[in-house]
Amino acid sequence: MGVEGIGARVARKEDKRFITGRGRYVDDVKVIGLTHAHFIRSPHAHAKVKGIDASAAKDMPGVVDVLTAQQLVDDKIGNLICGWAVSSKDGTPMKMGAWPAMAPDTVRFVGQAVAVVIAETKNQAKDAAEAVVVEYEELPAVSSMTTALAKSAPQLHPEAPGNVVYDWAIGDEKQTNDAFSKAANVVSLDLTNNRLVPNAMEPRAAVAEYDEAEEHFTLHTTSQNPHVARLVLSAFYNVAQEHKLRVIAPDVGGGFGSKIFIYPEEMVALWASKKVRRPVKWTGDRTEAFLTDAHGRDHMSHAEMAFDANNRILGLRVKTHANFGAYMSLFSSSVPTYLYATLLSGQYNIPTIYAEVMGVYTNTTPVDAYRGAGRPEASYLVERLMETSARQLKVDPAELRRINFVTQFPHQTPVIMAYDIGDFGASLDAALKAIDYSGFPARKAKAKAAGKLRGLGFSCYIEACGIAPSKAVGSLGAGVGLWESAEVRVNPVGTIEVLTGSHSHGQGHETTFAQLVAGRLGISVDQVQIVHGDTDKVQFGMGTYGSRSAAVGMSAIFKAMEKVEAKAKKIAAHLLEASEGDIVIENGEFKVAGTDKAIALPMVALAAYTAHNLPDGMEPGLKEGAFYDPTNFTFPAGAYICEVEIDPGTGKTDIVDFVAVDDFGRLINPMIVEGQVHGGLAQGIGQAMLESAVYDDNGQPVTASFMDYAMPRADDVPSFRVSHTTTLCPGNPLGVKGCGEAGAIGSSPAVINAITDALGHNKIEMPATPGRVWEALQLRQAAE
Amino acid sequence: MYETTYHRPASIDEAAALFAKHPDAKYLAGGHTLIPVMKQRLAAPSDVIDLARIKDMIGIEATADALIIKAATTYYDITQSAAAKKAIPAIVHLTSVLGDPAVRYRGTIGGSIANNDPAADYPAAVLALNATIKTNKREIKGDDFFQGLFSTALEDNEIITSVSFPIPAKAGYAKMRHPASRFALTAVFVAQSKSGEVRVAATGASQSGVMRVPAIEAALKANWSAGALDGVNISADGLMGDIHGSAEYRANLIKVMAQRAVEAAS
Ligand SMILES: Cc1cc2nc3c(=O)[nH]c(=O)nc-3n(C[C@H](O)[C@H](O)[C@H](O)COP(=O)(O)OP(=O)(O)OC[C@H]3O[C@@H](n4cnc5c(N)ncnc54)[C@H](O)[C@@H]3O)c2cc1C
Repeated sequence: MGVEGIGARVARKEDKRFITGRGRYVDDVKVIGLTHAHFIRSPHAHAKVKGIDASAAKDMPGVVDVLTAQQLVDDKIGNLICGWAVSSKDGTPMKMGAWPAMAPDTVRFVGQAVAVVIAETKNQAKDAAEAVVVEYEELPAVSSMTTALAKSAPQLHPEAPGNVVYDWAIGDEKQTNDAFSKAANVVSLDLTNNRLVPNAMEPRAAVAEYDEAEEHFTLHTTSQNPHVARLVLSAFYNVAQEHKLRVIAPDVGGGFGSKIFIYPEEMVALWASKKVRRPVKWTGDRTEAFLTDAHGRDHMSHAEMAFDANNRILGLRVKTHANFGAYMSLFSSSVPTYLYATLLSGQYNIPTIYAEVMGVYTNTTPVDAYRGAGRPEASYLVERLMETSARQLKVDPAELRRINFVTQFPHQTPVIMAYDIGDFGASLDAALKAIDYSGFPARKAKAKAAGKLRGLGFSCYIEACGIAPSKAVGSLGAGVGLWESAEVRVNPVGTIEVLTGSHSHGQGHETTFAQLVAGRLGISVDQVQIVHGDTDKVQFGMGTYGSRSAAVGMSAIFKAMEKVEAKAKKIAAHLLEASEGDIVIENGEFKVAGTDKAIALPMVALAAYTAHNLPDGMEPGLKEGAFYDPTNFTFPAGAYICEVEIDPGTGKTDIVDFVAVDDFGRLINPMIVEGQVHGGLAQGIGQAMLESAVYDDNGQPVTASFMDYAMPRADDVPSFRVSHTTTLCPGNPLGVKGCGEAGAIGSSPAVINAITDALGHNKIEMPATPGRVWEALQLRQAAE
Repeated sequence: MYETTYHRPASIDEAAALFAKHPDAKYLAGGHTLIPVMKQRLAAPSDVIDLARIKDMIGIEATADALIIKAATTYYDITQSAAAKKAIPAIVHLTSVLGDPAVRYRGTIGGSIANNDPAADYPAAVLALNATIKTNKREIKGDDFFQGLFSTALEDNEIITSVSFPIPAKAGYAKMRHPASRFALTAVFVAQSKSGEVRVAATGASQSGVMRVPAIEAALKANWSAGALDGVNISADGLMGDIHGSAEYRANLIKVMAQRAVEAAS
């Protein structure tokens, strides 16, 4: 495979420009005649817009125009869409209220835009925005699901009576109830999965240009999936035609899901560029990011697990309420249903599952996919339930898991997913060994002598990546196929460009994708350039999310490479006067096996382009494309163990050890994989101990800045101990599963299980801040 | 940010004269409070008068009785000062847990005290050590200086020039950091003066800003030890409660931080 092929710890090619400040982000884009947009946003969580008076603002220095929501309506610009149709259990389609990019008559969350000022400078736009008078008539707001579902609660959308979007279910209710009626033991748990703000380092931004003569738009935007952005902007929003719109997502400073969606601001910038006949830039600030980037999680669940007398699981019953915020964001409907409830079987043999999910509107920022998207919520529920069960049934938590592990593959769960392969026992064993499980009681006693409370918690998570088989997701309501495309261009001099439809915004594709190509041909990664993020260059693509880039995106490259190699071998065989079947590729050369006859890749490439001496009937050139549609999801899984120590005086919890053993299938670049795991763990630990988006009773955000929203810092996380066990994924040619989200999916339950172990009771919710842990300790003392 | 005019005076007098000419001006020191609020358009000074470059406002000196820190001295310089370390190590410790490195390179002791954020670190030291605030007009005792949230005895145009901390017999500081901002969720400064007076100040806890804690002062006066505080009960009345900690939690922290400050005191 060569020193830079698959499995090598190649340093990231893209880091040179990132760490020297030479990255090129959307806000770096400068074009002649650029104007700047500043949005006027609702200060109210729920209000009628009675009128907008922009007359004074229009006369202010530098103001180009002030555009209001009504003009969007007049121009017949489409409402934002939700791309996944989910039906309630009674068969009715989900009940969705309209979401205009700017609100003409009603605002439904703090930060929703009602108008936009376009000016020569950003500061002039902000000055003018203060002179725009918006008259609101405040309406009562609902900021929590409990209040939204109460009788006589204020209603958000006439289309969704009772503020309910859908009441969905999966699994067999009767069979599950029967299992519970036969159970020797039933364990139940109520849990909250806290709302998170994605907080990518780079805020969202857009630079829109309109070429009047060509009737052509160019949009630079912070997107994880520029082709999907183009498709949605043209097919649904009526802003531009697909062949007259180029979308470029250049360097993007993190997404974590939040940059999948097509937001109002980007769409308004595009529309405005035609209206004012000038290029328009909008760069969000951190406050706008807090208010308008789609939030993540926000579930309330009740879960019950039934066991037989031998502690084998008989069934699982779950009732979840999922907060969608004020509007249905692009993929929001799928997150608490097909991305969540389908993973409720965890790593376990559960004969029957019944899960109900009610989607609820509230006067808060819309909620959508965020690193893990549904799967963290599932693993948090299953793994907290397993730990609680072990304590209640008085079994060792590792043992309870082990006797219930799925061990035969493929394994069909009762909730759609069919696990292809795994070895859950192997990762648990490795984790137990790494943490020195048998030494824990001694460590706990030692901590106690020092006045500290020690606890240990497990999480044996499974998730589904590599989304997804297009036919399967289509049958579940998805509005798109989830294949990926690739094109491999061998240049006449033998260097290679790979065009991919997946997008790199921190994942390191420019390195890992090059490793695949370099390894197959035996050349250096420097000979390979990865091209992505531009709809004018790349054929089409579905983008990057759901840890799909290796399993789906690289598999497409693999297929294209096979085609390129097949053609190159034909040319080499022709030039070497050998038979095609005898040609092997080694160290950048095409060799006749068993001889010293060889021809270097550049010579083969040159021959393809000069076309002076090609096999009869062969087309010139050396460039091949492929589309890859996966046959199944992939199933990364692993065992995490967290050990904590609580200071009872302050409630401060220190993570003293954290062991993560993951099975990601084949590792393309172990160094990058470790980085992905570290980042994911930090996000999961952030959710467990620090982060929480909070609204007051009037729907005002309480945590709209880093002064109140606690992001994990380096000293909040321990030095992780990361290792791997491996079962190769049989579903794709590379044997890869995906590693981008696992850390965020598996870690939160391990942390909370460790904290509840130290506390000696279960009464704590995420984030387990020092204040909450201290309150929980007082409960314990009161009980004693 | 609104447009503003930046001035860089060379002396304290020049700064004060500039302020007299521009009634809507603001003094600027480290800018770690003022600049963020200007960026958010919550402050709109017509003129910004930079004190941080005035040579007479920077420096640290220790006498037999007092540690004198000039107002525009940065936190970083305080953490690096051998004189400060020797005179009052608790001040250096307080400074080392204030904010993060970026804040410490810029922020100044004068700015912190003038701002009087209810969760800032320095006000606790000023109050517990019974420091004297020197301005271009007068001297103000610590007890008279802080007047509730973000409010002080300073007149609009008045410039803090230095802070003089009497060197105590013992002093210690313990801080529970706010998980998000890293200001004090609650922090306590304990000090025993050379004459035996005990003063204890808590920051981050009260709804009305930095405060003395008489119950702890009395207990420590009788017996300077962490154990002496075991039986002390701190009332939650008047304390802050928010998503990061209830009033009861902060009451507990006052006691626990005081105990840890006593243990750390030297
Ligand atoms: C991320 C972050 C974290 C922080 N964490 C902490 C923390 O943990 N603990 C803490 O205590 N603080 C913290 N701060 C606040 C920081 O200490 C500020 O620097 C400080 O509050 C103000 O000092 P400054 O020198 O930056 O003043 P500036 O921001 O320049 O000025 C603040 C105010 O004081 C006035 N002023 C400044 N100097 C003088 C003077 N000599 N005389 C009269 N008026 C003056 C100004 O006019 C202005 O009104 C933090 C700030 C940030 C941004």
